[in-house]
Amino acid sequence: MARASSPQRRAVVTLAAWTAGFVIFFPILWTVLTSFKTEAEAIASPPSFLFFNWTVENYGEVMERSNYFRHFWNSVVISVGSTLLGLAIAIPAAWSMAFAPAKHTKDVLMWMLSTKMLPPVGVLIPIYLIFRDTGLLDTRIGLVIVMTLINLPIIVWMLYTYFKEIPGEILEASRMDGASLRAEILYVLTPMAVPGIASTLLLNVILAWNEAFWTLNLTAAKAAPLTAFIASYSSPEGLFYAKLSAASTMAIAPILILGWFSQKQLVRGLTFGAVK
Amino acid sequence: MATQARRAAARLMISPAVILLLCWMIVPLAMTLYFSFLRYNLLMPGTEAWTGLTNYRYFLTDPAFFEALGNTLTLVGGVLVITVVGGILLGLLLDQPFRGQGIVRILVIAPFFVMPTVSALVWKNMFMNPVNGLFAHVAKFLGLAPYDFLTQAPLASIIAIVSWQWLPFATLILLTALQSLDREQLEAAEMDGAGALSRFIFIMLPHLGRAITVVILIQTIFLLSVFAEILVTTNGGPGTASTNLTYLIYAQSLLQFDVGGGSAGGVVAIILANIVAIFLMRMIGKNLET
Repeated sequence: MARASSPQRRAVVTLAAWTAGFVIFFPILWTVLTSFKTEAEAIASPPSFLFFNWTVENYGEVMERSNYFRHFWNSVVISVGSTLLGLAIAIPAAWSMAFAPAKHTKDVLMWMLSTKMLPPVGVLIPIYLIFRDTGLLDTRIGLVIVMTLINLPIIVWMLYTYFKEIPGEILEASRMDGASLRAEILYVLTPMAVPGIASTLLLNVILAWNEAFWTLNLTAAKAAPLTAFIASYSSPEGLFYAKLSAASTMAIAPILILGWFSQKQLVRGLTFGAVK
Repeated sequence: MATQARRAAARLMISPAVILLLCWMIVPLAMTLYFSFLRYNLLMPGTEAWTGLTNYRYFLTDPAFFEALGNTLTLVGGVLVITVVGGILLGLLLDQPFRGQGIVRILVIAPFFVMPTVSALVWKNMFMNPVNGLFAHVAKFLGLAPYDFLTQAPLASIIAIVSWQWLPFATLILLTALQSLDREQLEAAEMDGAGALSRFIFIMLPHLGRAITVVILIQTIFLLSVFAEILVTTNGGPGTASTNLTYLIYAQSLLQFDVGGGSAGGVVAIILANIVAIFLMRMIGKNLET
């Protein structure tokens, strides 16, 4: 930064930026704080910000009452399962497109992207009926399938943009040395692409974890992930703010932490490489 | 060095992805299209019959459709304006050097990772609730009458919630784009006597053009399908005051079990989304060339 910035200007910028950050983050902070209050304190007027009797009993109650861990586990299985399955399908496809492009590769990529633009509600009824008739309704397998399919275009695209940056000569050299196609992908390409694959994995776990159209419509009690579990709090009975907050905090904490690690990849992944 | 075998292998490896996506696209689409011409209600099995365009006629002349269409446009437009303008301002702010940049960045990006059902419930209960919400407390403190946000202004409240979720995305992308701006160009302009405003209008804004377009197009795709936020907060109400197209079709098909009518709505939604998609594809396609 060659531009001189006066201390006053810097102070104003610092103050403004911190205020903006605090305001935007506040709803999350407030939720976390409320989760440590008693139900009575959670709705007390005026509300206390920090000076209340901190308690963790809400967490205990949420876990005890509502089978929290089952829903948590459903979320893990659905988001991680669909991402791994998606990667297994997408890595070979992205390899083909990046290192053995054919005439129509670009069209195929664009077409894959276009499937992402299909509004989910347009195919809700057929998927619902197919699931009902095949017994996939309210099963984790059913949701893994749907999540894999809706995120597959993003996975292929992200991998493609990462693979594109790996020099093809290295792969060619391994081929000259007699590596088979399988060895080439498994032992040469994959290790080099680990950072790209890792960020793809991370972003897709986040997207699948937070997906709330299919999870709400295709699950009931059994396979409901956290998105649907939290939605069941929308018809409250009695005092429940503190418990709602505890459940919410537990639902968003893992992904918030993962998300903070993936900021950079997020931009790239969600803009399909258009902004880096 | 693409040998025949290699090309065959490449095609083989791409085929699972292509076939799966093809099925995912064609099968449900064909079914939706087919159902949309049927009289088909899940509550009356066995009475399915071909009705031609009747479903479309009902759907497209239903006043709820026009209200939902209007709500969808208001929701998408409102959120876009708030997030793009807010994102530019925040991006400019965070692009300045200041203490704790990394932490503030983390705070700003956080809402994007909050699942829609959580953010909807938290806003609905802990902030917008007219009795126990934080806004009600503040109103009471200021001596004002509490305001029932989700009943009095349901659509505006949902716009606010969804904007909160998407502002981080817009900010992050616009900030990333700003950081790739050539500093020397700005300094040269400054030395030539360009004020802050003209530096913004003539250098930064053109540089941001592409990022802004990307933000608008990608958000539009997601915003057209906003669902959980409505389901959790207002259920589309009061009446249909906060029903968007996605929610209307959901209600028709899974709450009223009208598969035919819902499917006709689905086809309409697909056509509308395609109009947006064409622009986005062109944009990303252009990027692919470079």
